[in-house]
Amino acid sequence: MKRRGRPTTYSAGGLVSRGLTHREWPPAWRRHDLQATYDVVVIGAGVHGLATAYYLAANHGIRKVAVVDKGYVGGGGSGRNTAIVRSNYLTPEGVRFYDRSVKLYERLAADLNFNVMFSQRGHLTLAHNDGSLRTMRWRAEVNKLEGVDSQVISPDEIAELVPFMDVSADTRYPILGALYHPPGGTIRHDAVNWGYARAADALGVEIHQNTEVVGIDVEDGRVQGVRTTRGHVSAPVVVNCTAGWASLVSELAGVRLPISTHPLQAAVTEPVKVFLDTVVVSGTLHVYVSQTDRGELVFGASTDPYPSYSMRGSLEFTEELAGHVLELMPSIAKLRVLRQWAGLCDMTPDFSPIMGVTPVAGFLLDVGWGTYGFKAGPVAGEAMAELVATGRTPEIIAAFDLARFQDGRLVGEKGAAAVGH
Amino acid sequence: MFRIPCPHCGLRNVSEFRHVGEARTRPDPHTATPEQWRAYLYEQRNVAGWSVESWYHGSGCRQYIGVERHTVTNETRPIARAPESGHAAAGSASPDAGAPDADSAS
Repeated sequence: MKRRGRPTTYSAGGLVSRGLTHREWPPAWRRHDLQATYDVVVIGAGVHGLATAYYLAANHGIRKVAVVDKGYVGGGGSGRNTAIVRSNYLTPEGVRFYDRSVKLYERLAADLNFNVMFSQRGHLTLAHNDGSLRTMRWRAEVNKLEGVDSQVISPDEIAELVPFMDVSADTRYPILGALYHPPGGTIRHDAVNWGYARAADALGVEIHQNTEVVGIDVEDGRVQGVRTTRGHVSAPVVVNCTAGWASLVSELAGVRLPISTHPLQAAVTEPVKVFLDTVVVSGTLHVYVSQTDRGELVFGASTDPYPSYSMRGSLEFTEELAGHVLELMPSIAKLRVLRQWAGLCDMTPDFSPIMGVTPVAGFLLDVGWGTYGFKAGPVAGEAMAELVATGRTPEIIAAFDLARFQDGRLVGEKGAAAVGH
Repeated sequence: MFRIPCPHCGLRNVSEFRHVGEARTRPDPHTATPEQWRAYLYEQRNVAGWSVESWYHGSGCRQYIGVERHTVTNETRPIARAPESGHAAAGSASPDAGAPDADSAS
């Protein structure tokens, strides 16, 4: 029997015993009938929604929480990103925020008793021109002030870290240096989703998959509940944690957002022997590369140049991507692309998220995560849970409020958020 | 890849164009409140469906054109009226021009 609040412990002994006896593993989270009332309804069962629900239950004892999703756990951006985690941003607000996330990721496997495979293998952002080298130096100094390990390194040092990289001067875009961020790395994104879902479920949170929100009831400027495809639910607090559909869900509550949704495509190659230890990012070439434990190279690029909700892959993307990757690593020309996919990114005008209160009381936002939402999942969940529990906006997310667009207080993270994953 | 009907050049590949933005009406700078102006600057309808948009045909006639596009399937169709200019495509100035969906088509 398991104790309430603690998920069943996974252990080596359990693995051996179940391997020998062929006993079924218990489901990681349960199914429920939709109740008529909850204290909090979270829309979106991705890393942000699940982390919000988990920290509500774990840190604040608020357990009558429903996480509703029109699809399945981790089926949106949380399962489509390239799983890169880093905190070497440009603005002090951004650095503090993402650094908290890295710290939470570092102990997440122990907190959730679920192996999230966090590999802090180091993160390199290449500079191909004087302008970006200057921004790298700026970022390194801001990072150091905030206590984050970042430094600008020379092409020779890059060649030592990434032996297959072409750092010669006679390329189309010669590499002049890089911002090296040792705590950055990759993580298994599905494991993060499943780990949060399992731990939240053990604390009494209900996860409702295949439950689409079709309406949000608002009376006298206060949220009353949500209407779903499985029935009506009343709740004093509704948190929009969706990506891709953030505008459409907010519109249901009458809140219009400064967001346009762009697809972002990614691809993996066939697996090869492990040769690439670090994550390599080039803003100029619009590409980022890392190698999985299985040996596949994971490539991502910039968002498609026009807004769309289409998640179809395109040939232009693959062609352009291949050209850019080969510019960096000519020796992988014979590798074949195994598959490609797309996810939806909610882009805001200042490349920063929108978090906190809205003009509708009780309707909260954790949206606008653009191309950098996955790495912020834990800290966003922790901060949103605190906001729900205390009714006060935590300092760490104060700069990201919706009112900044009306007040002219844009955050300006473009220098570190565009392409740089 | 999809194609966009340019009123000057015919059906052309999307790679010849630059997406400018949703069609919206610019409020009168002399009378608009800061709220109306910022809503015009930042807020998006971001519909999943037919949307009236402004595109710039940079590798063709170099004109700003209005197009209707389905944002889920990327189907396109011409709109009846040519846009006025730049960002303000396919709209007519109205007294409450701050509301960006005053000229929505879907």
